[in-house]
Amino acid sequence: MNAPTNLVYERPEGFTDTPTHYCPGCTHGVAHRLIAEVLEEMELIPKTIGVAPVGCSVFAYNYFDTDFVEAPHGRAPAMATGIKRVLPDRIVFTYQGDGDLASIGMGEIVHAAARGENITVIFINNANYGMTGGQMAPTTLPGMKTTSSPNGRDVETQGYPIRMAEMLSTLEGVGYCVRRSLHDPKNIRLAKKAIRMAFETQARGLGFSMVELLSTCPTNWGMTPVASLKFVEEHMVPAYPLGDYKVSDAIKQVKI
Amino acid sequence: MPKELWKGNEAIAEAAVRAGLQAYFGYPITPQTEILEYLSRRMPELGRAFVQAESELGAINMVYGAACTGARVMSTSSSPGVSLMMEGLSYIAGTEVPAVLVNVMRGGPGLGNIAPAQSDYNQAVHGGGHGDYPRIVLAPSSVQEAIDLMGLSFDLAEKYRMICMVILDGSIGQMMEPAEMPEMKPIVDRNFDWATNGAINRERRILSSIYIDPPAEEVANLRLGKRWREVQANEVRYKEYYLDDAEFVIVGFGTAGRVALSAVRAARTEGIKVGLLRPITVSPYPYQVIDQLAGRVSGFLVTEMNMGQMFDDVRLAVRGRVPVEFYGRTGGVVPFPDEILAEIRRIAAGQWTTDRDPRDAWQARMVSVLER
Ligand SMILES: Cc1ncc(C[n+]2csc(CCOP(=O)(O)OP(=O)(O)O)c2C)c(N)n1
Ligand code: SF4
Ligand SMILES: [Mg+2]
Repeated sequence: MNAPTNLVYERPEGFTDTPTHYCPGCTHGVAHRLIAEVLEEMELIPKTIGVAPVGCSVFAYNYFDTDFVEAPHGRAPAMATGIKRVLPDRIVFTYQGDGDLASIGMGEIVHAAARGENITVIFINNANYGMTGGQMAPTTLPGMKTTSSPNGRDVETQGYPIRMAEMLSTLEGVGYCVRRSLHDPKNIRLAKKAIRMAFETQARGLGFSMVELLSTCPTNWGMTPVASLKFVEEHMVPAYPLGDYKVSDAIKQVKI
Repeated sequence: MPKELWKGNEAIAEAAVRAGLQAYFGYPITPQTEILEYLSRRMPELGRAFVQAESELGAINMVYGAACTGARVMSTSSSPGVSLMMEGLSYIAGTEVPAVLVNVMRGGPGLGNIAPAQSDYNQAVHGGGHGDYPRIVLAPSSVQEAIDLMGLSFDLAEKYRMICMVILDGSIGQMMEPAEMPEMKPIVDRNFDWATNGAINRERRILSSIYIDPPAEEVANLRLGKRWREVQANEVRYKEYYLDDAEFVIVGFGTAGRVALSAVRAARTEGIKVGLLRPITVSPYPYQVIDQLAGRVSGFLVTEMNMGQMFDDVRLAVRGRVPVEFYGRTGGVVPFPDEILAEIRRIAAGQWTTDRDPRDAWQARMVSVLER
């Protein structure tokens, strides 16, 4: 097929030609695209090995045109450690949800960061367990209704949200740790830049890098895609402030 | 190489290094910690990967990741730690990548104790992780045999794209014996056509244990089953002692087999015609050997350091044709040769248990221990 002369949007090279299984309006797809674009721009596709999580993005390996493995629930940072330690010149990234990373996989992520594993983590915070039908996650907002907090998360009995970017930024092994959001084009552009910096951190051997992305789950939130974007802006961003929690001096010098 | 005095755990570590171990991930737990400590020095010295993981969950998943790249990789642990690794083991099996796991077993269940035991036999051989999966399990009975089996474990794991476990008890891990180390093998890039090591000048690869479509999972399980039948046909290993003229046979693996050998030797000086079969591969199990023996001997005595786990496998092979007795010590207690000799004498005097389940009879005889 001849490409139209006014083509403004096409599949990045980092993607396979596979339609995704994500729900309409879900920002998992946006996050995927940003990663694929960054890998293409940095010419890292053949060098990259991805680690998929258990969660809605369990099939991430179908969409990226790189080598991929699929981890047990929460264990992606440990698998990535195993890969990176035997292949230090490859680029290794994990893609993880908030149940995966901040609940069952808390041990693995904290210690990968503390060891300064030279891997990149893309962390999708959508405030619930999307894949299993919208149960409460460690990141669920106080008062937020989920299928396992039907009256809204009661902090007295169900505890408080965990802020991963802030927490991990206290660790010396971390080279780059920021939070961005996917709720509008401006923030998506900023998110892409952050993903780029995270992979630049790894490519330069500057330690553990993570980008936390505030994301939507219209299906389980019971909202339209547009209303979910608004929910992120109005409720998630105040609870999870966007910002650079740790940027090592060496990476501050990098201009892209 | 000349014989040197080696401690079991350190011998296992060095033997793995010489077999071309490229990465080790582990977590401290007695009685296997010396393996981790030894490799924490040895691996970096050789420019190879070593990580003390945050837990056994971390360790086995690091193994999983490294295994996906096609590297020679292992972890070691002891019973409670190996229980934590069962999730990872199932994923490794489902992904069909090779990995080696050593379990230096201790007394259990629960935290139990740190004394030698064989009570993880069923976990290693029959169970453990979820799903239908085969695994190779080797059981050395001396430091030398542990050294020899380490090299074999990597070869088998890679040949069959399967987990190879090495199970031994804390006494072999802790004892010092003269043993000969093999030469150092160079690290070779095996260039597996499945390894996810970066799609440089080739099509990309995916390694996963997911078959979301049940018929596809069935195909995968049948494929594993087919490969397992090859393992059963080609890889059964065992050692026979005094079987030629044996009237009855003791079956024991690892340390229990070794203690039984002392008892058999003592019985022979008394003129009792007893032999010993010591399985080296407890998975695949030497069913056929026992099947054939069952056609010509008057019965079997199974000795284990557990409540009678391998006992069921022996009975499966014997199929009720002759009596099968059981004698075990459990909870970290190692039997003395005299205890087994007493059982041999009882059997030689024709006192086979025929009126009830031999394991019940053994439990009744253990009343003296229970009431102590
Ligand atoms: C050991 C284990 N426990 C539980 C599950 C079930 N499970 C699958 S996905 C999931 C939650 C995933 O949520 P999250 O990581 O937030 O990803 P999302 O789907 O929201 O993107 C759970 C609990 C599992 N697969 N494995
Ligand atoms: S369930 Fe939620 S997170 Fe999962 S694909 Fe649908 S919208 Fe996205
Ligand atoms: Mg989620």
